[in-house]
Amino acid sequence: MPSRSYPMRDKFLEERLFLNRIVAAFITIAVLTSGLIVRLIYLQIVGHIHYATLAKENSIKIIPLVPTRGMIYDRRGRVLAENTQTFKLEITPDKIGDTPGNLNETLLRLQKLLNIPDEKIEQFHKLRARQKRFAPTTLLTNMSNDEMVKFAVVRPYFPGVDIKTHLVRNYPFKELSAHVVGYVGRINEKELKSLPIAEYGGSTYIGKLGIESSYEAILHGKTGYAEMETNVQARALKTLNEVDPIAGANLYLTLDMDLQKTAYDALDKFNGAVVAIEIKTGGVLVFASRPGFDPNPFVSGIGSAEYKALTSSDDQPLYNRALRGLYPPGSTVKPFIALAGLEYEAISKQTRLHCPGFYQLPNDKHRFRDWKKTGHGSVGMNEAITQSCDVYFYRLANLLGIERMHNFMQRMGFGEKTGIDLIGEKAGIYPSKDWKLKEKKQRWYPGETLITGIGQGFTLVTPLQLARATATLANKGSVVTPFLVDKIVAAAATTKGPETHKDNLNLNASNVSSIFSAMVNVVHGAGGTAKSIGHGINYQIAGKTGTAQVFNIKQGAKYNERSIGFKLHDHALFISFAPADNPQIAVAVIAEHGGHGGSVAAPIAAKVIKQFLGGNGENRNPP
Amino acid sequence: MRTETRHEHFQQPSLIGNVLRRLHIDIPLFVGLVLTSSLSLIILYSAGGQDMGVLSRQATRMLMAFSLMILLAQVNPAQFKRFSAGLFGLGIFLLLAVLIMGTIGKGAQRWLDLGFMKFQPSEIIKITTPMMIAWYLSEHPLPPKSKHLFIAVLLILVPTLLIAKQPDLGTAILVASAGAGVLFFAGLSWRFILAIVGVLASLAPIIWHFMIPYQKARVITLLNPEADPLGKGYHIIQSKIAIGSGGIYGKGWTGSTQSELNFLPESHTDFIFAVFAEEFGLFGCLGLLTLYLFIIGRCLYIAVQAQDIYCRLLASSLAFTFFVYVFVNIGMVIGILPVVGVPLPLISYGGTSAVTLQCSFGILMSIHTHRKLLPR
Repeated sequence: MPSRSYPMRDKFLEERLFLNRIVAAFITIAVLTSGLIVRLIYLQIVGHIHYATLAKENSIKIIPLVPTRGMIYDRRGRVLAENTQTFKLEITPDKIGDTPGNLNETLLRLQKLLNIPDEKIEQFHKLRARQKRFAPTTLLTNMSNDEMVKFAVVRPYFPGVDIKTHLVRNYPFKELSAHVVGYVGRINEKELKSLPIAEYGGSTYIGKLGIESSYEAILHGKTGYAEMETNVQARALKTLNEVDPIAGANLYLTLDMDLQKTAYDALDKFNGAVVAIEIKTGGVLVFASRPGFDPNPFVSGIGSAEYKALTSSDDQPLYNRALRGLYPPGSTVKPFIALAGLEYEAISKQTRLHCPGFYQLPNDKHRFRDWKKTGHGSVGMNEAITQSCDVYFYRLANLLGIERMHNFMQRMGFGEKTGIDLIGEKAGIYPSKDWKLKEKKQRWYPGETLITGIGQGFTLVTPLQLARATATLANKGSVVTPFLVDKIVAAAATTKGPETHKDNLNLNASNVSSIFSAMVNVVHGAGGTAKSIGHGINYQIAGKTGTAQVFNIKQGAKYNERSIGFKLHDHALFISFAPADNPQIAVAVIAEHGGHGGSVAAPIAAKVIKQFLGGNGENRNPP
Repeated sequence: MRTETRHEHFQQPSLIGNVLRRLHIDIPLFVGLVLTSSLSLIILYSAGGQDMGVLSRQATRMLMAFSLMILLAQVNPAQFKRFSAGLFGLGIFLLLAVLIMGTIGKGAQRWLDLGFMKFQPSEIIKITTPMMIAWYLSEHPLPPKSKHLFIAVLLILVPTLLIAKQPDLGTAILVASAGAGVLFFAGLSWRFILAIVGVLASLAPIIWHFMIPYQKARVITLLNPEADPLGKGYHIIQSKIAIGSGGIYGKGWTGSTQSELNFLPESHTDFIFAVFAEEFGLFGCLGLLTLYLFIIGRCLYIAVQAQDIYCRLLASSLAFTFFVYVFVNIGMVIGILPVVGVPLPLISYGGTSAVTLQCSFGILMSIHTHRKLLPR
């Protein structure tokens, strides 16, 4: 290639040079174009399926169609949980105008108009950050009529701000049903991970507690979906395919809200629990835990101050005492221990024992005291139960031994979950030698058998267990499994609640009737510990009082309830069933720090029984 | 020595042929341009969301551009040569004006507001730079001496840097390649070309250092678009999805889901090739490339046929620039070049670049139709 200078133009050389360059340019163009073609072949033939799949995923979105949540009713069709239409104020930033200034100005004007606290504005900004500009963001939920009217008047001056209706879970009975029905709340991040996306993709709420949680799958219903063609902002353009959602089933509980209210009100100033079971079915009539709490704020998200007030309260309103409260059963175990004694033939109905006011094991100085310092004198089984003689049961326990007690009481349902259809139930403790070795790494002492015989020591029961054992006893050994959901009413079909197993303890009928008559004496006998409640009815109530120690009294010291604080008062307990000749209802009551089972707990149970059976003992609520 | 005249192509000149010839229109080139422009309207209807407004605006602009082309075809190339330096100077002056008082458009200073219309001086410089270099080099014997080369390089660098500063990398590349094209066709020695390539390669880190963050981002994006699928890499990923999903036969006209549903940004301007590839498939793409190669081939033929150095250099450079246009745009849309703002010539929606392109074709036609029909 010539590169030296040429003083004169050489036209021929110049033309040849130029033609060379044209050829070079042509080759360059050909090579580069081939490069483009190779790349196109790679994209359109080799990668075609890959990119075609991506294109499809780009443009089709599945939009979940959320089903309406099932309602919850009590046994007489009173609404316990419903979906109420409420009004919320929504802002669509896209429609306000382009600049963030417009949005802030709108927010300021709204704040002035409706007295919106700064907290809500902050919450709005947080929510908005997660949303598309064209998607509405909620500023206020649950607008009052007053707020609605105020806004409606000036609405034309607020473009992009709208009132929308939406369904919110509402619990009309508030604290009265909270521990049974529970509540729904917003799905949190953790739940979101474990939930099936297909079912919960569009749902806002999920059952967090109680029936709402136990029956979540049934109440929630089946999510439908719409296949939508969408554009890049995920704005739906047209529906390609739609599968309707199936609404959640309605639940009818066995609960009777009238009785529930009676029980809750009767507990009055005491914290505690009342559980009543319909003996023939196992259906739970009363499931009261006091104090309750209003579940409604939990639905839309409870404020932190409000929540803190609930959790830090000494009364622990969020604690479900009926289901999870663990109490020493005290003397309420005596009918069961007595029955065990008869069943194992450790003692006979006629056996009489002397009660000097205390009991000592052979070769042991320790005195196990009776609640009655002077002693009950000579007592048979009937008097021992009627008067709640501790010494009789110390001796009986000694005769039975812990293993036989454990075996029998476990069959009555102590130390085991009842299997009620509520999540979170506690099993309680009924001790045995194995249990102590395993849990306490210690051997069992004979003295522990004695105190277990009067329901103290390691034994811990829930009010539900107590009611269930009472119901099983009243049912003459045919095991009662408590449940809350009676009917599940879906659009397609009505089904029964949970399956209950029908075990039978095969108790000796005459043994059972001895215990019955002793328990009737507790209420109707001359020396009965609960004789105050046996008036004004033409049927008999069978019961047993109990007093559970919260406070260990030193050997030789005297328990004086006036000298110690209320929180150290004993728990008052009462178990009962009625009518004694044809048991319909079993009730267990625990009044924390109530002091005496007979004077505090028994009247509460009596109110429930009398309301349920009426004065003449006719069951007003046939199953 | 060749003595052919254009009359040899037409044994029996038709009426239309006669009219076109009288208008100094080169028929093969004209047919190629009309075909491409018609294709543009067809794709735009689909890519622009079947908006007749978009279509009519584009058609109006095309008519204007074609008129300007025909107007320029009437001018004798000698006149272009005469005013080369003046026009180039005017272009540089306008570029400076943009720098000083240009209004902000799309984040870059490119537009000059004349009151009644907005206008991009960088478009004028796309044509006046090769004119200037061709004129300058044709004044001296070829191949150019080092001194002339040096001055020519300077003349190219001034507008290139002014445009790159706007910043408009795409146009800067086109201006530089138009100027460099002239140097190449003028017989710039291969050793010199290799040296420049070597220097540029070694300067790459330094150029990188001076690049504006968004330009850097584009290079990074090219190398790994999936690193930022919703941000900088979005264009390329969506464009690749569009092209790849088109397959061999395409989804058919108006069948592009990628642009229809707005997944593909700028689907009717810089990224229109993706829509074309999605709808017409590999066969369509090969057809379009063939059409482009036909136009480029015809332009190179015109350059070869040109009768003086200035015309040859200018014609070949304009032809080559047109190819660079096609290559840079398609290259970026199919993800082998960084994203620079270069439209697909004659197809993309938009005014200024289309008008400039048609002007260059007008000049080419002028060069071809004003040849003296005598042996040299």
